[in-house]
Amino acid sequence: MEFFRIRKDIPFMRHALAFNIISLITFLLAVFFLFSRGLHLSVEFTGGTLIEVSYQQTADLEKVRGALSKAGHSDFVVQNFGSSRDVMIRLPLKADQNTSKLGEAVMASLDADAPGAALQRVEFVGPQVGKELAENGALALLLVVIGIMIYLAFRFEWRFSVSAIIANLHDVVIILGFFAFFQWEFSLSVLAAILAVLGYSVNESVVVFDRVRETFRKVRGMTTPQVLDHAITSTISRTIITHGSTQMMVLSMLVFGGETLYYFALALTIGICFGIYSSVLVASPLVMWLGVSREQFIKPKKVVEGANDDGAVV
Amino acid sequence: MNRYPLWKYVTVVVALVIGFIYTLPNFFGESPAVQVSSVKATIKVDPKTLDRAETTLKTAGVVHDGIFLDANGVKVRLKDTDTQLKAKDLLEKQFNPDAQDPQYVIALNLLSASPKWLTGMHALPMYLGLDLRGGVHFLLQVDMKGALTKRLDATAADLRSLFRDKNIRHAGITRDGERVTIRFREDDIRDKGRNVLADNQPDLQLTEQGEGSDLRLVATLKPEAIKRIQEFALKQNITTLHNRINELGVAEPVIQQQGADRIVVQLPGVQDTAKAKDILGRTATLEIRMVDDTPGALEAAQTGQVPFGTELYVERGGAPLLVKKQVVLTGDRLTDAQPGFDNQTQEPAVHLTLDSQGARIFKEITRENVGKRMAILLIEKGKGEVVTAPVIRTEIGGGRVQISGRMSTTEANDTALLLRAGSLAAPMEIIEERTIGPSLGAENIKKGFDSTLWGFAAIAAFMIAYYMLFGLISVAALGSNLLFLVALLSMLQATLTLPGIAAIALALGMAIDANVLINERIREELRNGATPQAAIAAGYERAFDTIVDSNVTTLIVGLMLLVFGSGPVRGFAVVHCLGILTSIFSAVVVSRALVNLIYGRRKKLQSLAIGQVWKPGNTASSAAGQ
Repeated sequence: MEFFRIRKDIPFMRHALAFNIISLITFLLAVFFLFSRGLHLSVEFTGGTLIEVSYQQTADLEKVRGALSKAGHSDFVVQNFGSSRDVMIRLPLKADQNTSKLGEAVMASLDADAPGAALQRVEFVGPQVGKELAENGALALLLVVIGIMIYLAFRFEWRFSVSAIIANLHDVVIILGFFAFFQWEFSLSVLAAILAVLGYSVNESVVVFDRVRETFRKVRGMTTPQVLDHAITSTISRTIITHGSTQMMVLSMLVFGGETLYYFALALTIGICFGIYSSVLVASPLVMWLGVSREQFIKPKKVVEGANDDGAVV
Repeated sequence: MNRYPLWKYVTVVVALVIGFIYTLPNFFGESPAVQVSSVKATIKVDPKTLDRAETTLKTAGVVHDGIFLDANGVKVRLKDTDTQLKAKDLLEKQFNPDAQDPQYVIALNLLSASPKWLTGMHALPMYLGLDLRGGVHFLLQVDMKGALTKRLDATAADLRSLFRDKNIRHAGITRDGERVTIRFREDDIRDKGRNVLADNQPDLQLTEQGEGSDLRLVATLKPEAIKRIQEFALKQNITTLHNRINELGVAEPVIQQQGADRIVVQLPGVQDTAKAKDILGRTATLEIRMVDDTPGALEAAQTGQVPFGTELYVERGGAPLLVKKQVVLTGDRLTDAQPGFDNQTQEPAVHLTLDSQGARIFKEITRENVGKRMAILLIEKGKGEVVTAPVIRTEIGGGRVQISGRMSTTEANDTALLLRAGSLAAPMEIIEERTIGPSLGAENIKKGFDSTLWGFAAIAAFMIAYYMLFGLISVAALGSNLLFLVALLSMLQATLTLPGIAAIALALGMAIDANVLINERIREELRNGATPQAAIAAGYERAFDTIVDSNVTTLIVGLMLLVFGSGPVRGFAVVHCLGILTSIFSAVVVSRALVNLIYGRRKKLQSLAIGQVWKPGNTASSAAGQ
């Protein structure tokens, strides 16, 4: 079996401008949704209390809401979670409440007015923790970006590191845009998934760049777009197969992993799809616009008298 | 050229064997057990305890699957949960005949069911995180400011007695905020006081303020002293938490420092969060202070004019009471507290035992204040409550004190437990809490396992269909990667969480990349006309650089998550980083060893079973695995 039977290099770079415009539009849309709708942050970041209960039969959400209102809670969210029997209750942070007793208080009021609930999970996060997590998350993202840039600049060239990072940050923003648009819950594990995707798609760009460098060194007489086309074409098979395999695993998490892993897997899925697109069709044109050329990869040779181009002197 | 020296094969085989052995315990699961450990430092759990437990079970006819002694105590392995509960009740009765005064903790536990020879090699199963086994997780913030204030209060008291001993007349010592201010009327006395302080209180930094007849000496704590006090407060709180949790009877509690001022408490298997929180969150400390019985003062206080240096409290039973702010004695001086009854009135009481210095101070105070009242306060979460305010009839020596009056038996028990468990050096607040029910934990394991299994199966099916024998080799390498990863996590005794399982799955999904790179390279070399042997060598060699490159970037991410992540993300990061390392080894070394073993010796190799290799301009497929 072989999927890719490509006779000639596919002229990706001919459409570079078009791809970049598509990217720009998606990116701007993502930024727009991020600002207009904002992220639906999980309790971990905002602070508050999350209580998961399960009923034997289909849960009556109205009754649960009624019980909570009666007990004097306000601003709470009650929704089904996973199945119709599982209920998730979220309560915001309140300065005047004894938050550490909230879990029990809620269970007590449920027992009174909507009986039959079994406590599955309680999560309480204080305000200082949430803030710290958000700060640490941002810091981790920043340092990952810097670390990767330094590594790529050291391993390749600054043009590669700049375009790889731009391409992959564009992925990150687009994932965030999806989460903002659909108002999916953005939790710590989603953040971990986004960072993992960042590392993963950078490695995609690395594979392409590796080929670009090799082609520049080995083959002469090709223009820069041709070299890029060749590099992308010769790695496309590997790109699709690798990402396909990873996606199979992620898909399996999406299907079997349950609610806890759902958004984690979802972020990975979007990340993998856009990771392929961006490392092939965003990073490479960027490298081209930044003016990569053959000279940058050929070490200045020491001029040895009588030496020919192959370097051998007999 | 595609042959490995013997040592490389041996390395691979040894790695696989070790990986297999250390992965093995995870498959045996856990069996129910009961653990007996001691509450008090004075009671040692030794072979005698073991014998006692064994005979207890034997006489009651409970069959066990093994009983042994380790650092945590005596552990009895049992057949099922019913027997476990029965054994627990039996042991509870035998070891704690007086339920009011438990000497031992009898806790339900789970033990690895792996055979002895494995355990003997320290091959233990991974430790399951709370999200997989159920339990409670708390993150507690220690109020360091509180610790400092408490210390300064004590310092102020020390200064008073110091000046009295040295006969230095001061015009009052007060603590405001984080400073202790000492007032003097004369300059030379202030100098004298200053010298005395410099000799006796090395932790204090002194500055002079004021002039004329209002001379002040302001003492603050030196930065290094502050640091020491905070470190001590944290340690003291951790110790106290240990004691309190021992009273709860949890088998394997985790109590760890996190950062400079936080403590993580994890109680696997505990479902009664209310009780756990009650015990943990109670920051009760004992304080003994004098009651201000100045005529008219109480009435003034009730109208809102609380006299300087006193506080208004309500005694149990409702009577208001004016108590001096100056603390005579704190719970730090307490060595034991036991519930009991008053000898004369038969009222429930708590018997306290003080340490030598506490006993001395108590004796002094009672001698000087015969006929006056002293208040015993229980301070919980910054709020004080006067437990009792007895009149001092005579001097009390020997350090044995009894608190009684208006207490029920349960209250006496609770107070004693709280006081016995030690006081906290600083108040604490729960800033994060997670409770996971046991059924949710089991469900999470299943979900994590299922996703990994099906994902792996899908990848394996695809790889074998696409790359034939080389695909099979890749799958074998991927399998060995899983083996190494799980073995490594078991060896490190890492805590496996659901994000950790997700990281294992993701590591596998990403690790296949290296094999795809290699296989694609080999196909490409074949396409360009290389001989099969040369293609294998070139494929592995050329792909290696790319593999390292791409893994370094992923590793950067892993390390950042490890540094900045907390809780569940950390578990993810650990597995992620380890997964990258094992995947390089398995994808490059293990798979190469297999390839070499299969093809290396065949000199006249015509084709490789790597699936179809399509050559441009050549319509017939060639070099397929025929």
